[in-house]
Amino acid sequence: MDISKQTIEKHLSGNRRFDAFFTVVGLLSTFVGMITLAALLFDLASDGLGRISPQFFISFPSRFAAQAGILSAWVGTVLVMIVTALAAIPMGVGAGVYLEEYAPKNWLTGLIEINIANLAGVPSIVYGLMALGLFVYQFGFGQSVLSAGLTLALLILPIVIVATRESIRAVPLSMREAAYALGATKWQTTKDHVLPYSMGGILTGVIIALSRAIGETAPLITIGALTFIAFLPDPPIKGTFPFISFDWLWSPFSVMPIQMFNWVSRPQQEFHLNAAATGLILMGMTLLMNAVAIYFRYRFRKRIKW
Amino acid sequence: MVAIGTNGWNTEPLGGMMNFQENIDAPKTKPLALMKQPDPTRPEQAQVERSIIEVQDVNFYYGSAHALKSINIEIPEKKATAFIGPSGCGKTTLLRCLNRMNDLILNTRLTGTVQLDGKDIYDSSTDVINLRRRVGMIFQKWNPFPKSIYENVVYGLRIVGINNRGFLDEVAEKSLRRAALWDEVKDNLSKAATDLSGGQQQRLCIARALAVEPEVLLMDEPCSALDPISTAKVEELIHELKDTFTIVIVTHNMQQAARCADRTAFFYLGELIEIGDTAKLFTAPEQRQTEDYITGRFG
Repeated sequence: MDISKQTIEKHLSGNRRFDAFFTVVGLLSTFVGMITLAALLFDLASDGLGRISPQFFISFPSRFAAQAGILSAWVGTVLVMIVTALAAIPMGVGAGVYLEEYAPKNWLTGLIEINIANLAGVPSIVYGLMALGLFVYQFGFGQSVLSAGLTLALLILPIVIVATRESIRAVPLSMREAAYALGATKWQTTKDHVLPYSMGGILTGVIIALSRAIGETAPLITIGALTFIAFLPDPPIKGTFPFISFDWLWSPFSVMPIQMFNWVSRPQQEFHLNAAATGLILMGMTLLMNAVAIYFRYRFRKRIKW
Repeated sequence: MVAIGTNGWNTEPLGGMMNFQENIDAPKTKPLALMKQPDPTRPEQAQVERSIIEVQDVNFYYGSAHALKSINIEIPEKKATAFIGPSGCGKTTLLRCLNRMNDLILNTRLTGTVQLDGKDIYDSSTDVINLRRRVGMIFQKWNPFPKSIYENVVYGLRIVGINNRGFLDEVAEKSLRRAALWDEVKDNLSKAATDLSGGQQQRLCIARALAVEPEVLLMDEPCSALDPISTAKVEELIHELKDTFTIVIVTHNMQQAARCADRTAFFYLGELIEIGDTAKLFTAPEQRQTEDYITGRFG
């Protein structure tokens, strides 16, 4: 071996060159993503920004592009998201907690784990087909807000489960040991320690999952969402006893991406502007949700250290 | 009022509390006054040594690894017993068998019996939750919950449904005093526990364990990550606590065993080599391996 000072020096300068090279490659890759996003936003904004006004939010769709709005679409989106969240969060977090804290580690739970990972990769339209058969026809929920919410809940369930498990796994074993050593039961340990300490990660996962659901179009078209709807579902809060109503669950609906899809497929240029405006709002909502997720993560991480 | 099972508060709690107030201020020279339940039938000085834990023929396996080999050991009540030995000798494993903490580790197996007050804790009728209330544990790395100091100390009471603020306040103060932490934190009980120094956090964990009034306190190398001053504080604490509680301490530090423990057990490669009075084990060990270890020839 001829390990002379010179060969080492040669290797070192090679290493330095590779370092510099990788910095450039990494920077370029980052820029490609950033620039694409910026271009997309700019394109949507240049087309749609002019259409965004208070009137746009409180108008129903119309034959006349200038009078059309997204009232039924955003109300539909909000209602569907409420159903999705109410169904997906308890089920997903519950399943995650069970798999991580309670389930014995054997071939069956191993199989379940692999299945959940695979479910996350199933195309969304397949969920739509399943929901059409199951919720719409079998359970008789019809082409309703309820069917749509449950469909999207199933779609994001694997994401919520995986996020829950990851954040639960980040809670050190020493916390569980401390609780068990004081005579806490498994449920007390989970409820008092494991869940609160992993709440930041779980919330982040839930919000990211919901922001994926909010843009889903294909499964909702499959179960029969309307593309033109000029009325609102029954309001959930009433002025008379019992003040609360669940009739909206059974109402037909549209959501923002479907409204967008409808307008894009029209020949008239003016409707395309409406679609761009809707896209801009949808994107704003998604970014806002992600910002909230980041804020939660920051807040909880700051408060908890081991 | 509240009954808390067999953890020493079967008596009416507030009456018991008043006793403790006196006890805290009692001088160290009267150790028997600190006892939880003084037994009037027992003569003060000629205290009969009684074993609270009896380990009989215990073998322990991690998968196929044989970690403990036919261990027989008795832990005397209200004394400090130290487990010493080189890394991997099984002392921590044995300690964790005493409150079934090893149940949390997958793929482990134990044969033999471990009796607490004459009852096998590995019997299927044993309530593990209650066992762990009677046999508390301090871990090598302090592990306070990321909550306030106060909530850490009273957690063991909250989980049995005690939420009476006045009672919790008293227990918190008494436990923190016993753990020699009260004076340092009394003005900041709502402060985050994780903002304390390492030594304070470890004493907080001791206070948290004491708050549920265990009969036995297991300490797994409680000072291994502490600086000498904090170590001295914890050792002093062990000295005081052993009059009230039975203490089992695992340590790598032979001086610590010599300073704190009444009895010392030496383990090597999963076997109990020798157990005896600390003074005797360190001055006149019976086994060659013990002598080699304590004189620093290996380990």
